[in-house]
Amino acid sequence: MIAIIKYNAGNIRSVQNALNRIGKKSIISDDLSLLSDASKIIFPGVGEASTAMCYLKEKKLDRFILDTKKPFLGICLGLQLMCQHSEEGDTTCLGIFDTVVKKFQAKDKVPHMGWNNFEKTDGQLFSKIQNMDDVYYVHSYYAEICSATIATCDYINPFSAALQKDNYYATQFHPEKSADVGESILKNFMKI
Amino acid sequence: MLKKRIIPCLDIKDGRTVKGVNFVNIRDVGDPVELAKQYSRDGADELVFLDISATVEKRKAMVPLVEKVALHIDIPFTVGGGISSLKNVSALIKAGADKVSINSAAITSPKLISEIANEFGSQCLIVAIDTKLINDTWKVFIRGGRTETEHKTLSWAKHVEELGAGEILLTSMNNDGTENGFALDLTNQVAQKLSIPVIASGGAGTKEDFKNLFTKTQATGGLAASIFHYNKIPIPQLKTYLKNQQIPIR
Repeated sequence: MIAIIKYNAGNIRSVQNALNRIGKKSIISDDLSLLSDASKIIFPGVGEASTAMCYLKEKKLDRFILDTKKPFLGICLGLQLMCQHSEEGDTTCLGIFDTVVKKFQAKDKVPHMGWNNFEKTDGQLFSKIQNMDDVYYVHSYYAEICSATIATCDYINPFSAALQKDNYYATQFHPEKSADVGESILKNFMKI
Repeated sequence: MLKKRIIPCLDIKDGRTVKGVNFVNIRDVGDPVELAKQYSRDGADELVFLDISATVEKRKAMVPLVEKVALHIDIPFTVGGGISSLKNVSALIKAGADKVSINSAAITSPKLISEIANEFGSQCLIVAIDTKLINDTWKVFIRGGRTETEHKTLSWAKHVEELGAGEILLTSMNNDGTENGFALDLTNQVAQKLSIPVIASGGAGTKEDFKNLFTKTQATGGLAASIFHYNKIPIPQLKTYLKNQQIPIR
């Protein structure tokens, strides 16, 4: 069973729908015992960083996320909350990735919204994915590039499109909304 | 590089698509889910579902429809038409809509814009602006283009950005339905003034119209209905053409 961490973020059912389309059953929960039983964990998110961190702490999900050894995938705000700090609401985050989250300078349209490609490194998550493949992004904040960066995207400035450290994976883009490319990435994650 | 978006719009009445379609592979052309799947396979970058049902009662069909669409569609989609409260928005987002689009309600209760932005984030809010040239000034119209307001389009667009809109869907009523091309001057003025993305709508009739939109204005997307519904310009053909014109396209 795949568990999707429930927190006070908007449309998290789209992740469950995407998993259904690749034939994977999932639950959406903030119950620690249910999450502990899962084989893989997905940490989605659309929302605001400080509000989301408060909810994670209140439900003791922060500790759970830091302790888990299961394959773990953060998406969008999920990725940002896995970094050290976010400028959004001046929020101290989980600190899994040794990098910080900053707001885009308004030199171009913000949010960065729409389809964009990324430069990837080799690895299981991007098996059979090409650098020219486009994925869907919606965000106004970005994680700076660091040693855990496994893919970069360039919009206004280069930033981390994906990060990985140990069992923790994260994408700034939305694989659940990225048509067949996104589906391949989710399938790759299922094989980890 | 960020790609320009091609966005088909589906008019929904009482839970069914209204305009006729002659796609070959679709069993039921009135079924919005079937049509949405076809557009998605064809490479549409996003979809907009516009509810044109006449009554509140009939609009209730939208939530189950959105749930069904969300199960089957793996690209982002927006729902608009008759949205007037935070409760409407919440129901649609929970059903699986990625974004909502508000139009008349933005004028009648502008605070709804900031309420939606605060509750769900700007990224899920499109403010749709229907506009018409009146004595050389672009004015904002509401209620499906039936009622002129006191607002000038440029300043209204800037104002909704400040209130928290994440995107603008700009429809020129002068161009809509003409198939003579998008309102390039208007689109350019609005897109240059705003720092949020602007989607242009109204007037698309040829592939060249999209090329002009993306080369002569800063619009990040082009929306059209009938040319896609009637398969006048198949989306794969349009995208290949634009790619050959060196326009960034997925």
